[in-house]
Amino acid sequence: MTEPTPWTRRHFIQRGTALASMAATAPLFIQRASEAMCLPLGSMLSSLAGVPQDHVLVVVQLAGGNDGLNTVVPYGSSDYYKKRPQLAIAAPGKGNEAALALPGSDGLGLHPAFSGFRELFDNGLGCIVQGIGYPNPNRSHFSSMDIWHTADTSGRDNGWLGRYFDNTCKGTPEAASGIALGNAAPLAMQGAKSLPVSFESPDLYRWMGEDFGDDVASAFKSVPGKHDSGTDDNLAFLKRTALDAQMSSNQVRKAVSVSPLTSWSGGDLATQLQTVAALVRAGMSTRVYYVTLGGFDTHANQEGSHQRLLRQVGDSLLSFQNELKAQGNDGRVLTMVFSEFGRRVGENGSGGTDHGTAAPMYLVGPMVKPGVHGTHPSMTNLDDGDLKFTADFRQVYAAALKNWMGADADTILRKRWNPAPVLKS
Amino acid sequence: MPHALSPLPEKDFGYWEAEHLLARAGFGGTPSQILTLSNMGLKKAVDYLVEWERVKDPLADGSEFRSDIMEPLSRENRQRRDLARRNSDERTLEQFRAARQERQREDRRQMRSIQSWWLERLIETPRPLHEKLTLFWHGHFATGYRAVEDSWHMMLQNNMLRQNAGGNFKNDLVHNIVRDPAMIKYLNNNQNTRKAPNENLARELMELFTLGEGNGYTEDDIKEGARALTGMTYRDDAFSFNQRNFDSSGKTIFGRSGQFDGSDFVELIFQRPSASWFVPWKMHRFFVDDSTEISTTTKAAVNRMASTLKRNSWNVRPMLRELFRSKHFYDQKNRRSMIKSPVQLAVQAVRSLDTPVRSINRVNQACGLMGQEIFFPPSVKGWEAGRKWINTSTLFIRNNLLVYLMTGRDPGAKAWEGSPGGWDATPLVSHLRGLDGRDEAKDIVTYLARFTLGTAPTDGRLEEWTALAKSRDRIDNETLVHLLSLMTACPEYQLC
Repeated sequence: MTEPTPWTRRHFIQRGTALASMAATAPLFIQRASEAMCLPLGSMLSSLAGVPQDHVLVVVQLAGGNDGLNTVVPYGSSDYYKKRPQLAIAAPGKGNEAALALPGSDGLGLHPAFSGFRELFDNGLGCIVQGIGYPNPNRSHFSSMDIWHTADTSGRDNGWLGRYFDNTCKGTPEAASGIALGNAAPLAMQGAKSLPVSFESPDLYRWMGEDFGDDVASAFKSVPGKHDSGTDDNLAFLKRTALDAQMSSNQVRKAVSVSPLTSWSGGDLATQLQTVAALVRAGMSTRVYYVTLGGFDTHANQEGSHQRLLRQVGDSLLSFQNELKAQGNDGRVLTMVFSEFGRRVGENGSGGTDHGTAAPMYLVGPMVKPGVHGTHPSMTNLDDGDLKFTADFRQVYAAALKNWMGADADTILRKRWNPAPVLKS
Repeated sequence: MPHALSPLPEKDFGYWEAEHLLARAGFGGTPSQILTLSNMGLKKAVDYLVEWERVKDPLADGSEFRSDIMEPLSRENRQRRDLARRNSDERTLEQFRAARQERQREDRRQMRSIQSWWLERLIETPRPLHEKLTLFWHGHFATGYRAVEDSWHMMLQNNMLRQNAGGNFKNDLVHNIVRDPAMIKYLNNNQNTRKAPNENLARELMELFTLGEGNGYTEDDIKEGARALTGMTYRDDAFSFNQRNFDSSGKTIFGRSGQFDGSDFVELIFQRPSASWFVPWKMHRFFVDDSTEISTTTKAAVNRMASTLKRNSWNVRPMLRELFRSKHFYDQKNRRSMIKSPVQLAVQAVRSLDTPVRSINRVNQACGLMGQEIFFPPSVKGWEAGRKWINTSTLFIRNNLLVYLMTGRDPGAKAWEGSPGGWDATPLVSHLRGLDGRDEAKDIVTYLARFTLGTAPTDGRLEEWTALAKSRDRIDNETLVHLLSLMTACPEYQLC
């Protein structure tokens, strides 16, 4: 690359300067907060200077159970067409609603509406990991989502990304923080000690009382009060968090007020990813972002709704990648897409599909090994009408944690999982 | 003999002690309510809260909700459906599916109404400890609608917990909860049969409801206990014992052998030494100190609670009465030290500031955003409480909820036109007006700070608020709202 990216060392130094100049006027307790080695989650002011890792993970959750078989279409299988007389997607070349061929794969194509992802795939920026699941699949949305979020098949642990934060904050000198977009902090991001910053929309991530007038807004600045760094009672904790909230609120709102560099597709997912891109661009030290799109529980009349959903997912991922590239940040950001389960092989009588098991995951970014990885589950050797998984989702988590975030995946996942070979070494 | 919960002398019970009592054993109140309580004296004030039956409860009891939304198919309809299945009659099956989906939608709507109904009770109740204990038991015997999928059963459970909130922990609460349809469904005991035992209820009964994790039971006790619980299911809206699914063969639980059933299992659990400790410890966390660590003083206090509970054959009121009268409860270390739960924050704000509720749905939604959606606990473990409630995002929601209650300004709305409306804050400070030789602005700011935060901050904030008040032409309602918005945005306001 010839152009210097916004994330060269020079930029780090500038940000360091900004901190230094603030320090001259900021009261002592604010300085302490921004100097702290391991900041309470939500602190955005840590500079990553001196820390070699600046990798970011973006998790995209497709809630409701995305129909894997109509996303990555096994058009080479006659059983697929037998079991889905209404819903099957035609093989590539057969009509204008036919699957998009995946070069180099054996009888697999993409849903025609998933063209945004296909473009990423063709440019070597996307990969598909087939047959992902876990033993004794749970078909309840709630329970299966818990299993994915905890990386524990009983769903009783805390969140896997929360454990990443807990773990990183313990030993290694990395200030870690996570941001979840949406109205609730996902379990995945909740550790024993760590909670993510979460907000539904950056506009709401602020104190409304500011609008009373300048004098009130100005008085709000001292509301967190002075905190004695020597104590750790509930009040000291609240004061620290209140200070973090004020600072991150300013940063977040400033970050999203900058217009994007590229033009974006529409929809809820694109809006969330656009916020993520703006935050990445603003130089936040956040390591993990979490976004969610719902509506994948397609029990009835799946055709139209699934088509719209996949169009939105593909186009949003493509817009996100284009924006990151224009920023020069594409090399820093790995995007991982999952859903709590796939759907049953056979369609139901309502033009839809019911809760199933294994399904593909999708990874995006120049660091991914492009192509289709793993083994497609058998379309004939089924488990009570459901696909049998061929790889465990925790192998993909292990790859993201170990090979991308440089974290101790074995400790975080509580077991040694062989990382799925999905990233360039 | 002095013990860890020896009583506070009556003479030490004043306004601020009454304020503490009403906040912890209830949801706070207006200055005049606090004054009433403090004038009663310690013993009478505690009795007033603990013996809540003396106060009439005029609020709706939930019987107005529909019980039939999720009722099982009639025999005739079941036969029609089975026939359609056998014949692969997709059209009829589709009708059944559509009808079921419609009922589920209707039930979700009713669930939202039931949430509002309870939140309204919490806000309006003349028996604050009664509702607060019901909230405690809801978090203790946590059951979530998402898995129960029957709003009427959730409401029935809520009423069962309310009815027994101050009763006997063993007989009224634990024996009833293992017979509660919502709980049976939630922990799959309707699937716990002789042929295919399901350990879910047996495990949680010991781990989360009575003994505490790993406290005096083994994995084998879970397996054997699960067999004792077989056959305990529900039919329509009531408990039902299915003799055919009951495993009547011998079991060995805690080293004792017999043909135990579910009730025997509960009785055996209560013979374990750890049975008297776990719930008092959770109550201590709920009422006194939300820290997860067990300090020496906490341990001594909980030991005493445990022995009082046991001495009174598992009746919870004597234990609570002793706790709320104790020196330990009023210790400075335990004042303004607990982080308000979202429900506590919302309900206390309305009850103590006497603001309008605005929209009960909005308040309920805000509680969800702050991490506590009633009837939807995150898991059977209930809510984790304490610092888990707080992050940068929930802190803004907490602050904005107060602005909303005081002004009616919806947090989601973009533009903000006009002045604060619908709530008159002036009565709060009318007694401080026009006093000769006094600094009115300073008096008002100091009073409001003490009223909302329990303290007048000495770090410059009080001076800043006073200057703000003085810069206005007069301290009118709008200025009061501005001041209170700032004060309730302070970290101190999150504590009770």
